[in-house]
Amino acid sequence: MWSYALKRGGATAVTLVAASVVIFAFIHLVPGDPIYILLGDTATPDQIDALRRQLGLDQPIIVQYLRWAGHALSGDLGRSIFFQAPVLSVIADGVETSTLLASMTMIWVLLIGVPIGTIAAMRHGSWLDQCLSGAAMLMASVPTFWVGLYLILVFAAWLGWLPSSGYPSIFEGGIANLRYLILPSLTLAAPNAALILRLTRASMLDVSREDYVRTARAKGIRPWQVVRRHILRNALLTIVSAFGFTFAALLSEAVVTETVFALPGIGRLVVQSILRRDYPVIQGVILVVVVLYLAINLVVDLSYRLLDPRVELQ
Amino acid sequence: MNGRGTALLLAPFTARPIAMIGLSVLLAMVVAALFAPLLAPYDPYALDPAIRLTPPNALHWFGTDQYGRDTLSRAIYSARMALLIGAGVVSFAMATGVPIGVLSALFPRLGHVLMRAVDVLMAFPSLLLALGLIVILGPSVANSIIAIGAAYLTTTSRIIYGLTLRLRAETYVEAARSMGARTPWLITRHILPNLVSPLLVQASFVFAFAQLGAASLDFLGLGASPDIPSWGNMLAESRTFITRAPWLLFFPGMMIVLTAFSLNLVGDALRDRLDPRFREMFGGEG
Repeated sequence: MWSYALKRGGATAVTLVAASVVIFAFIHLVPGDPIYILLGDTATPDQIDALRRQLGLDQPIIVQYLRWAGHALSGDLGRSIFFQAPVLSVIADGVETSTLLASMTMIWVLLIGVPIGTIAAMRHGSWLDQCLSGAAMLMASVPTFWVGLYLILVFAAWLGWLPSSGYPSIFEGGIANLRYLILPSLTLAAPNAALILRLTRASMLDVSREDYVRTARAKGIRPWQVVRRHILRNALLTIVSAFGFTFAALLSEAVVTETVFALPGIGRLVVQSILRRDYPVIQGVILVVVVLYLAINLVVDLSYRLLDPRVELQ
Repeated sequence: MNGRGTALLLAPFTARPIAMIGLSVLLAMVVAALFAPLLAPYDPYALDPAIRLTPPNALHWFGTDQYGRDTLSRAIYSARMALLIGAGVVSFAMATGVPIGVLSALFPRLGHVLMRAVDVLMAFPSLLLALGLIVILGPSVANSIIAIGAAYLTTTSRIIYGLTLRLRAETYVEAARSMGARTPWLITRHILPNLVSPLLVQASFVFAFAQLGAASLDFLGLGASPDIPSWGNMLAESRTFITRAPWLLFFPGMMIVLTAFSLNLVGDALRDRLDPRFREMFGGEG
């Protein structure tokens, strides 16, 4: 196990280094002089000279990369042009919203996807199964922002039950502020619940063909006991690992949802920074998200192998 | 795909009525895109302030927008953009993913480098990758295609890589190889013909996802220029008027859903007809 973990961790580290080169190159690939990109159009010649020396832009590109990577490792992701503040603190301001949104989304995904997927698998081939599977495919074919706009129209504009935009921190307004995240999290949950539903159904069908399930049935164990103790428990392994990937994917899918609901999260920060040409912030967010994405994938992969002794450790 | 004609081509659909409906919807979309000037009742660009924001009626079936433009006509013309984006993204993903996948599987050393590069690309969540590319390239229709296509380059090359590895181990490929067949011959005679059906499946799913991706970019104002009729642009504009003119939200969204859902139905039907060994590459279920 340990040798596998080391190997897998090493591969992730190599991928991360390669990805960081791509992210570093981003500032140089954006059309224009990096100095003006980093300082904005209003920079004075003094500022330009100072930054050019500070970044070492006269140095070879490899030295520039190592310098940038070193700063990033110590938490210095550069300065935002728009906010005139460190990029890391700008990103940190969006963490509360984005984390709560992702967590609430995962709760909906769990509550909708797993039970309905189980029902579909238990009634495999019936009209109920076909309806549920069809509904899941439909949910996966709907643009998230369209669902979001409809939820706003119905629950905020017509019924007036829930707020349509913004999110005041729960640390200031109390736990009741979570109601601001109900519609956005449902929006984000729709396609992902559909995915988990299909996966739950597929992996339960897979497991139900195993010999030990047939044996359990032949021994005369009650059908729901077989489903609960033999099928679901084994199928959950695949589902749990898919949860990790879904959570990682939410980091990027939230971009559109946060924009629709005007939530002060990391996703909307990206879109606004693109429109403001605040390139250091875009670069910082991409770096942070890629690190998180790789870390989650690594943890999921390792825990999967830890939980299931049958998985071969190569 | 061995020339037994349309009956064989339609076999996955005749057995499944719902997939046939999906195929018909897609054909209707293609017809709408090709014959938009004949089918659209009005000029999609014609402004008429006198009838701005009128609900659906006998003259304007889908109502009119904030400039008095006919929503039905704009929705029909938008099918062109949907088709262009879908075909563009599929072509981009195939033109890059197929050579990367096939060559990686046949030349392990090259494959080691190429597939690691694909891994690096996969470390970027797809929408973030698309947004980063748009920042570098600038927003436009062509760049939307590249930005969305880049995300499916990775999945396509991985699937093709896995399939080619399996094909390479087949007895008939080994036999051809031991008889002295050269690599180009192997690729054109034994590998590519066997990849056609799985590629068709992958193409329908990528086409569907491209619709959603392009709609998101347009909605964020980072895709096609706002004056081009596209379903995503129409939805972006409708946002300001959702309480006054909900129909502006309904029709373009329905077009996206219909297109993506039909493509998924078609992809599903095609996948279920695949060789079982290939099917699992697409997460096929029993």
